[in-house]
Amino acid sequence: MDTMADTRSIFAVNLAPAPVKVAARDVSVFYGEKQALHGVDLDIPANQVTALIGPSGCGKSTFLRCINRMNDTIPAARVSGAITLDDVDIYGPEIDVVELRARVGMVFQKPNPFPKSIFENVAYGPRIHGMARTRGDLESIVASSLRRAGLWNEVKDRLREPGTGLSGGQQQRLCIARAIATRPEVLLMDEPASALDPIATSVIEELIDELRTNYTIVIVTHSMQQAARVSQRTAFFHLGRLVEEGATADIFSNPREKQTEDYITGKIG
Amino acid sequence: MTPDVAEPAEVALRAPAEIAALRRRRYAAERRLRLAGIAAISLALGLLGLLVVTLVVGGWPAFTQTKVRVDFPVERALVDPADPAAGNFRKVVQLGVAGLFPEATTPQELRAAGKILTPGTQFLLRNAVIADPSLVGRTLTLKVPAADPYDQLAKGLVDRATPEDRRRLSDADIARFDRLVAEGRVSRPFNTALFVNPDSRFPETAGLAGAMVGSALALLVCFALSFPVGIATAIYLEEFARKNRTSDVIEVNINNLAAVPSIVFGLLGLAVFIQTFGLPRSAPLVGGMVLALMTLPTIIIVTRNALRAVPPSIREAGFGVGASRHQVVLHHVLPLALPGILTGTIIGLAQALGETAPLLLVGMNAFLTSTPGGLTEAATALPTQIFLWADSPERGFVSRTSAAILVLLGFLIVMNGVAVLLRRRLERTW
Amino acid sequence: MAALLLAAIGLAAGLAYVAGWTAARRFAPPPGTTQHSLPSYHGAFVAIWVGVPALALALVWAALQGHVIDAALLRSLPASLTEGRTEAALGLTLAEIHNVAEGRIFVPPAPEVVEAAERLNRWRGIARAALAALTLATMLGGFALARARLAPRFRARHAVERALTGFMIACALVAILTTAGIVVSLLSEAMAFFRLVPPTEFFFGLRWEPQIAMRADQIAGAGAFGAVPVFVGTLLIAAIAMAVAVPIGIYTAIYLVEYASDRVRAWVKPLLEILAGVPTVVYGFFAVLTVAPAIRSAGTLLGLATSPNSALAAGLVMGIMIIPFVSSLSDDALRAVPRALRDGSLAMGATRAETVTRVLLPAALPGIMGGVLLALSRAIGETMIVVMAAGLIASMSINPLDSVTTVTVQIVTLLVGDTAFDNPKTLAAFALGLVLFAVTLVLNIVALAIVRRFREQYE
Repeated sequence: MDTMADTRSIFAVNLAPAPVKVAARDVSVFYGEKQALHGVDLDIPANQVTALIGPSGCGKSTFLRCINRMNDTIPAARVSGAITLDDVDIYGPEIDVVELRARVGMVFQKPNPFPKSIFENVAYGPRIHGMARTRGDLESIVASSLRRAGLWNEVKDRLREPGTGLSGGQQQRLCIARAIATRPEVLLMDEPASALDPIATSVIEELIDELRTNYTIVIVTHSMQQAARVSQRTAFFHLGRLVEEGATADIFSNPREKQTEDYITGKIG
Repeated sequence: MTPDVAEPAEVALRAPAEIAALRRRRYAAERRLRLAGIAAISLALGLLGLLVVTLVVGGWPAFTQTKVRVDFPVERALVDPADPAAGNFRKVVQLGVAGLFPEATTPQELRAAGKILTPGTQFLLRNAVIADPSLVGRTLTLKVPAADPYDQLAKGLVDRATPEDRRRLSDADIARFDRLVAEGRVSRPFNTALFVNPDSRFPETAGLAGAMVGSALALLVCFALSFPVGIATAIYLEEFARKNRTSDVIEVNINNLAAVPSIVFGLLGLAVFIQTFGLPRSAPLVGGMVLALMTLPTIIIVTRNALRAVPPSIREAGFGVGASRHQVVLHHVLPLALPGILTGTIIGLAQALGETAPLLLVGMNAFLTSTPGGLTEAATALPTQIFLWADSPERGFVSRTSAAILVLLGFLIVMNGVAVLLRRRLERTW
Repeated sequence: MAALLLAAIGLAAGLAYVAGWTAARRFAPPPGTTQHSLPSYHGAFVAIWVGVPALALALVWAALQGHVIDAALLRSLPASLTEGRTEAALGLTLAEIHNVAEGRIFVPPAPEVVEAAERLNRWRGIARAALAALTLATMLGGFALARARLAPRFRARHAVERALTGFMIACALVAILTTAGIVVSLLSEAMAFFRLVPPTEFFFGLRWEPQIAMRADQIAGAGAFGAVPVFVGTLLIAAIAMAVAVPIGIYTAIYLVEYASDRVRAWVKPLLEILAGVPTVVYGFFAVLTVAPAIRSAGTLLGLATSPNSALAAGLVMGIMIIPFVSSLSDDALRAVPRALRDGSLAMGATRAETVTRVLLPAALPGIMGGVLLALSRAIGETMIVVMAAGLIASMSINPLDSVTTVTVQIVTLLVGDTAFDNPKTLAAFALGLVLFAVTLVLNIVALAIVRRFREQYE
């Protein structure tokens, strides 16, 4: 395990007991007859990275997709319980999904740039939400998003080229730039580095750590090393239930639950 | 990684209230798109509904036929029992009509009254007497189809309120017919003639029997040619042919043939089958051959799909016990693919049944008053018969055209239904 | 006669099968060896040798007999019947002889004709006997050859499988031959046409009046063969059809892919397929009976001069017919766009409509374009609707309320009825057919290529 990451995590948690940004209460998800998530309670602190770990099919991605209501796009999916964003229930009747998703951005497992130019990819969100008044504003939003995603220097001379022409790691950073271009408060990442090579992965991980200052980040990951490296808090899911959550350092060094320990030591997974 | 710059200059974004207003407009666009989709589907299905309703409403009356019960005195003076075919049945009909209207004395009146019956009445009588010569000397009571204008009148398709000079029937004609109705001589049974008679110039005696037989013969030829050839081609391409230039050419060729306009196949049939090979015009043989060429791509494509759906493990199992490639294909792969092939073949034949243009070019639109007796005799087919009737000026043919379309659609529905059932019953998913 | 011969060949092949099978059953393979093939393969081997050559002989004979006898008959005619006659007149004489030979006598024939007819019947009798004898000899020869090769170690299965493969290859060639037949027949007739009418007139001429005079001496009424008005009419009706089908089809596909519940989709898709399955003659009748009068009265109501067989009526109905092509291919194309793109857009806070118009449609555009091109090719080649609902007179008009004619209408009107293959009127139909075939072929190839590349792009 990376000791540097460990100390940093502990340091961050101890220094700033952050306010709760997203809170889940008794969240269950059904896909048709099948229950995928059983009564999850979880607080996600602001401006920290929360990692959701667990074996495949444990419900961690399902939970992630509840936070920006992406499960709505699956006709057979049904969500019960409550999830609040800044103490407002996002499944409440007055909530506008479109607005919610502008506030809660998402980055997917496989880079999915639109078949458009790099510029148009990043400009997509600001355009549909009508954020910029002028072309100049739009350009500076695109530029700043690409800078924050650490991609500006690599693409600034070819903004008109298709986003699909970039390498895998660059595509994923493009998707991150696209997601932060709408100025979200929360950034959901669904195994953002699983399709990338180790070098691209480390670039993404460093980026996540930098983005933490401006965004609340929830990341689903398969890799415990990654969770340990990038996150301050970790939640362990198993068989659709939240088994244990806490400061990343505590979870990894001193798990309370037997299942968590088994997973971390490689007995299940 | 080092960040490219520190924090970029902040941009003055639109205010949240402004963005919220924009969002309302975005949702309006969303609703518009949704409505446009619903409107498009409703329009398409509405037009389908309109088509069906028009045909059913228009075709319904043609399934019944107005008939008049007439007593014909078959006098010995007019018909010789030894040679009934040579009898003067025109006169017999006139006597029968005179019996209906004893008050009609002038020849003009009698002639006008005689027009109530179909012009084919004398032949109906003749056939009845030939079939049973003992009728000579007795009175024969027949239910004779009413002529088209009276059929329309009886079905309420003639507006009696129209001024007399703009109707085909005068007030006197209508009065005569109404009297027959009052006497209980008029009935409207099911129009069996529509199914058992061949074509005729008179709507009241025209039927689809010739066209149905013609279609059946043409489909038979089409099936006999396209089914074996199609399956053999598909098996060759899918199981035997090496993937090379030749097989690519054949493949592209088949895909393009499937999209060639049907009339071009008609031109091919005309130039090659009729002109070069000297096969007879208007024959179901030629029509069937043209339809076979058109159906071939369909059968090849569905057969290849069905063969592809059989998992390779079946083939490997066959090879594993030492079967040759031919044996594996014939004994194992083909039987498993057969349901899919049959389903596709039936659908292909249904398409062929509805095909019109190529049959027009090979002359299967002749006016024929007899049912074809063989593959090389002149014939029509259901769709070309519909085309012929649609072109006929008589009012009665309008509803008969709709009725013929309903019959054709009935056949298509049955064929497609059988295909669907077959798929449900026999097709398995691997 | 033909049926009898086929039955005889079939029966002989069946008997041969039994003979081969029985012989193979009685084999006693030498010790230490086994019989190579099953008895059924030996039977099939013999049956093939008996049936196939005889069948081939009979087919070739049937194809040639008429021509050979006719040629001989012509040569045998006395000079009084042939001297200074054109080919067409000779053809008439020949037809008369055939009629007389078959007992269909309309006018009392000349004695020479009667004599020729008797000759014809005699020769036919000889030919029939010769065919029967030759077929029998072929079958016996085949049987002897095949039977002699049967032996325990004879690889009958290989021989039969080779024959089967040969049959399959022959069948695969039918598809090629069909295309070749289309190209050759259209080209040769069109070439004959272009010898009579220069291509420049056909492709650039503005007058289309193909009804030529009935008598050969009426040179003045030889007709005009400038096909531009016909092409314009075709494009006008196709354009109207596309204007109906493309928006309806694409909006339908969008709704079905993005908004409709599974139940709605399960109902709507088969219903739309019915639209594609209705025979075109039915649409033609619908156009004539319902749509054209409706348009006419609407036109009258608005004070517009409307032709009874307006391009609009034919185009509208053709559009209805084409809706399912556009909608199902657009449906496929939209569905082929990876889910990740849709999710990516929705996760940005895009509405469904924005996702469709800004991400899915651009991504699916090639596929949709392919579908639209296929539909266009369908519209250009569609025949019955326009034959019944469009006009016959070629007028150079792009007013949808006017009556225009199309390529397919002209082909049908020029060819239905008498077809002598030597006047420009008939040949013009083949020239039009060639243009139609070429245009639709190009459209299809381009469309299929676009669709294929689009599919490959998303695996």
